[in-house]
Amino acid sequence: MKKVLSLALACTMLVSVLAGCGGGASSASSGAAASGAASSAAASGAEGGVFKIGGIGPTTGSAAVYGLATKQGAEIAIEEINALGGVQFEMNYQDDQAEGEKGVSAYNTLKDWGMQILYGCTTSGSCAAVAAESYNDRIFQLTPSASSTDVTSGRDNVFQVCFTDPNQGTTAAQYIVDNALGTKVAVIYNNADPYSTGIYTAFAAKASEIGLEIVSTTTFPSDTTTDFSVQLTDAKSAGADLVFLPIYYTPASLILAQAKSMGYAPNFFGCDGMDGILTLEGFDTSLAEGLMLMTPFNAADEGSKDFVTKYAAAYGEEPNQFAADGYDCIYAIYAAIEKAGLTPDMDAQTICEKMIETFTASDFSVDGLTGSGMTWSTAGEVSKQPVGVKVTDGVYVNM
Amino acid sequence: MLQKKKFSDYSRSCIVTYAIVIAAFIIISVLKTMGMLSSLLSGLLVPVCAYIVAAIALNLTVGIMGELSLGHAGFMSVGCFSGVLVAQSLADVIPFAPVRLVVAMVIGALLAGVMGIIIGVPALRLKGDYLAIVTLAFGEIIKNLMQCVYVGKDVNGLHFGMKDQMALGMDAATGKMLINGPMGTVSVTKISTFTSGFVLILITLFLVFNFMNSRTGRAVMALRDNRIAAESVGIHSTKVKLIAFLFSAMLAGAAGALYGLNYSSIGPVKFDYNTSILILVFVVLGGIGNMRGSIIAAAILTVLPEMLREFSDYRMLAYAILLIVMMLANNSKFKKNFMEKRNLKQLERKEAAARKEATEHGNA
Repeated sequence: MKKVLSLALACTMLVSVLAGCGGGASSASSGAAASGAASSAAASGAEGGVFKIGGIGPTTGSAAVYGLATKQGAEIAIEEINALGGVQFEMNYQDDQAEGEKGVSAYNTLKDWGMQILYGCTTSGSCAAVAAESYNDRIFQLTPSASSTDVTSGRDNVFQVCFTDPNQGTTAAQYIVDNALGTKVAVIYNNADPYSTGIYTAFAAKASEIGLEIVSTTTFPSDTTTDFSVQLTDAKSAGADLVFLPIYYTPASLILAQAKSMGYAPNFFGCDGMDGILTLEGFDTSLAEGLMLMTPFNAADEGSKDFVTKYAAAYGEEPNQFAADGYDCIYAIYAAIEKAGLTPDMDAQTICEKMIETFTASDFSVDGLTGSGMTWSTAGEVSKQPVGVKVTDGVYVNM
Repeated sequence: MLQKKKFSDYSRSCIVTYAIVIAAFIIISVLKTMGMLSSLLSGLLVPVCAYIVAAIALNLTVGIMGELSLGHAGFMSVGCFSGVLVAQSLADVIPFAPVRLVVAMVIGALLAGVMGIIIGVPALRLKGDYLAIVTLAFGEIIKNLMQCVYVGKDVNGLHFGMKDQMALGMDAATGKMLINGPMGTVSVTKISTFTSGFVLILITLFLVFNFMNSRTGRAVMALRDNRIAAESVGIHSTKVKLIAFLFSAMLAGAAGALYGLNYSSIGPVKFDYNTSILILVFVVLGGIGNMRGSIIAAAILTVLPEMLREFSDYRMLAYAILLIVMMLANNSKFKKNFMEKRNLKQLERKEAAARKEATEHGNA
């Protein structure tokens, strides 16, 4: 009995210590932003208050890399905006483990916190569930990377900063034909992932329309798959000279390595999920030599230098497309708030209607890291120019 | 007479469980109408109800039948997707949402029951851990199968395919996807309510308690305690076990339909191995064979991780520590002593009552 009591007490202590740590960590990371907010809030005086932005994305679980990237990208943007004075932001970022149920709980937590604008979610699955809630509550939602059309369809309050999946698929097919990158195409995609499946579906439709021949279509069931020999052998025996990989960079890195070891050297072509492959830990970048991908963001670009330096200083890694999308999201929200003349004392519903009006206005456009002159349609889809890049000597070179 | 006494004890325990559930419902409803419930908690009400039903269903297999099932999320998945499909397709035929929800749950339960039979017939004929292995595989198979299912609806009716969205060949203008492969259910009209979840829990409890007390239920428990002895008195082991497992699968299917109709979009990945284990954790923590414990454990363990959001990154760590503490407390000497003393007191009271009754009878 004594033992149990002492154990219970020890655990309580441990938990409380951890709680202290947790609180400390989060306040430290938001410390700069908070102090900036405090000082400039005092400076702007009359305006007063901050816009409460709720963020949702996976910070734990298998998709945490993407969630953390969007979170950190947004944090950089918020820090910059708060330092300018004027409109002030405060972000509360909640974990959804890339799951609908947890996403809705995270959304409700943020609603209790008093969120005025929703920034998220990172993944399509969770975003589709959350978007239904934000639509009912009339809270403006801007997602950095949930690219499925199921997220925006039928909901006027949800906007995307990334390309939609179908958009990427059709653009990729068109790009391959226009630049004569290959005549016989093999596709390897993850049929358990809405992103991958969405791109493939549109790619295949466009390919048959413009006469691009797909000779091999193979799938794999999860991003933790490690053996791709069946898929690669199929592509090789079908004589494909270009392999289209609408997948994330982790499985793609294995595909590249295994293709090399079996002596198969077609052109590889990826989408924005491929971005990040060069900074993948333990990946031999020489394998990616000649890899082509369509990404809205190139860290080597002149315009993104400032962001890349700041990001590397804060988090010790090179930002990828997810971080850049997050950064652009916050700046798009900022631009819309400035344009519509919103103030933090307005309620979420008023802000939502004004934001929708501003985002769909014909004269509203945002220049960001992931594209200049981004405009939005009433369907919530962004319109911006994709950039094709090719990996040469371990860096992206615009094609 | 002893038999009669035992019955009333059993019913009393059941009544307490019903009372707890009803009291919780009333308190939460009052809080909700008074606006004192946070959005977080009111958003969790329906999933908690679904998890409670799933936990009771699994407890029927684990606690009453004594077999391990590691794929109950698979049955929930079947119930969820078939239920959502039915509810979405019947939207024009049955405009009244509660009726549509009931139809969806019944269809979900029936299909999950069919799956239960398919799995149960071969696995339950065997002794040992075969059911655990087969259900584990079943959960994975269902998850992978559902990732390939595409169902759409247009003016011509339903289109079903296993390849991709284009292969459905839907009418472009009126076509609408109902189940979209890895994305799962999309644009679902949410019709699950807390009240419907509460009613489902009550129905589940009523069915399970009466089943446990029925001829078949007692046969299942006899098989669990001593298979050879039970078979020697003529109990058909496969048959009664199959009935219990079918029951368990159907309830999980109904829970799945309730769950699926609470979210605008649910992917097949939700019902993976982790969810099966989560339900098993509810059952184990609440006490194997203890329905009331399952209810409380499911409610606490669903709400707890959300309440721990303040710990930010240390949330899952804190959750794990709390789980371990609860497990230790459950098995501690302190609790055992307490339970023993309580049982002893109850026994004494009963004996005193019996003695009193006996003397009264004697006097008469």
